[in-house]
Amino acid sequence: MVLTPHSLGRAARGRSRRERLATVGLTTAGLLAVVITFTIIALFIQGSVPFLRKVPLGEFLGGTRWAPIHEPASYGILPLVGATVVTTGIALAVAVPLGLLAAVFLSAYAPSSVRRVLKPALELLAGVPTVVYGFFALRFVTPLLQGFIPALGFWNGLSAGLVMGIMIVPYMASLSEDVLYAVPRSLWEGAYALGATRFETVVRVVIPAALSGIGAAFILALTRAVGETMIVALAAGRTPTWPPDPTKPLLTLTTAIVNIATGDHEATAFIWAAVFAIGLLLFLVTLALNTVSYLVIQRYREKYA
Amino acid sequence: MSEHVAPPVLSTRKFSLWYGSHQAVIEVDLDIAERQITAIIGPSGCGKSTLIRAFNRLNDLIPGVRTAGEILFRGEGIYRRGVDPVAVRRHIGMVFQKPNPFPKTVFENVAFGLRINGFQGNLKDRVAQALVQAALWDEVKNDLHRKTGYDLSGGQQQRLCIARALAVEPEVLLMDEPCSALDPIATAKIEDLIRDLARSVTVAIVTHNMQQAARVSDWTAFMLLGELVEFGPTREVFTRPKDSRTEAYITGRFG
Repeated sequence: MVLTPHSLGRAARGRSRRERLATVGLTTAGLLAVVITFTIIALFIQGSVPFLRKVPLGEFLGGTRWAPIHEPASYGILPLVGATVVTTGIALAVAVPLGLLAAVFLSAYAPSSVRRVLKPALELLAGVPTVVYGFFALRFVTPLLQGFIPALGFWNGLSAGLVMGIMIVPYMASLSEDVLYAVPRSLWEGAYALGATRFETVVRVVIPAALSGIGAAFILALTRAVGETMIVALAAGRTPTWPPDPTKPLLTLTTAIVNIATGDHEATAFIWAAVFAIGLLLFLVTLALNTVSYLVIQRYREKYA
Repeated sequence: MSEHVAPPVLSTRKFSLWYGSHQAVIEVDLDIAERQITAIIGPSGCGKSTLIRAFNRLNDLIPGVRTAGEILFRGEGIYRRGVDPVAVRRHIGMVFQKPNPFPKTVFENVAFGLRINGFQGNLKDRVAQALVQAALWDEVKNDLHRKTGYDLSGGQQQRLCIARALAVEPEVLLMDEPCSALDPIATAKIEDLIRDLARSVTVAIVTHNMQQAARVSDWTAFMLLGELVEFGPTREVFTRPKDSRTEAYITGRFG
């Protein structure tokens, strides 16, 4: 086939139009995610304004009594924050060590045949609906724990936190395993050649090299725990208490929103503004935790390649 | 180059190695003489890297590896039952084809082997000594704790890896094509270094570069398709090869 300058030009025009279209389409798709996120933030800020106008910030953030539908209403957020901190803390105390150990086992100790079976099984576990976990906490874990802690309430933060931790293990394990497995074999060999054992290699070379990815897994675990709703709504109860006691019913930030949204309130009721304020706080807390974790990881990670 | 006969530090006795069903090393008999440099040459896939990695049991990490015959380290079989490969590797160090410093500081790279081996002496002195030995000290002495292994150039990284291996005072240093990822100037530096090192440590070096083998080694082993074709003093192997295949290879007719 002989290419004339004319046909060359035409082909180029057709292709460059397609190329431009692809660029515009992909840029739009990429920006959409950013636009939606910022829209949500803007809506939360806007929705919180009427609330923050009526309720002083100090009373909101420093108050220890959450009673939005009582007369007189009280909007102290601390019982909610405390409940979230308690359940999240318990969940992470379970998920981080268990998930990390599972990841180390899968990436460094398991034969490849075991890894091929366990890794997908673990990821499958992440697909179990949280309502199932919530029911499991309420009807199985709580009765089990009551055998050891007789004072444990029917609803309590302890079993909700524990089960939430179990729910998060697959995320923590699967993500950490990916980054541990991605550490180049040459680093393993370098350590082995110096007479390091497998455990020494894992602890002193592989984990430090994978730390930024493990940190990302930790941040995701943290965010999941703070934002988890169904498990705490089912198993932790809906009673705002201060100071928060894991053996008693608790009301987390997320369940407080559920409480209001499923309650019988007029569409114009002031209480809806509280939802926005809690949502905004939840968002800011998550953002702050993510930022701090990110900075800590940047400080301690060992960068390879 | 000295060619007097020194007692072997490492010897293979009818050593064979399989990756699954593929036999990569076939009944090799080879002696590595003390404080001399033994080069193993041969075309790609001839089993030379496999053989050198068998000397410190690094092939153990690959699933499906099987061996037969023996490798003796000072008369003791390293593949015998009850021998801990970790203990073997504490005596027989290795430098790899591609520099593989740890993503730690220069100091921690060199101190790594000392720390895991419970070194009791003065860590700072020993690290400095290893860096001097590896001809890297002057270039990094002001950045020991500031730069990581990855902040160095390729040639510096490889010398850091050599320092790291030397710090634990191995009796044998295995080098698997240590210059193949380096430019000619960095290569020349490493070659000078290898010659210096042979005064205190036994060196076995795999190379696909025949000139390099001729320049640095006392002994040369030529491997082909898993077999040891010829082994002798480097000068003889390169000037009066006994086997026609060796002659064909060193004169560049294949490989």
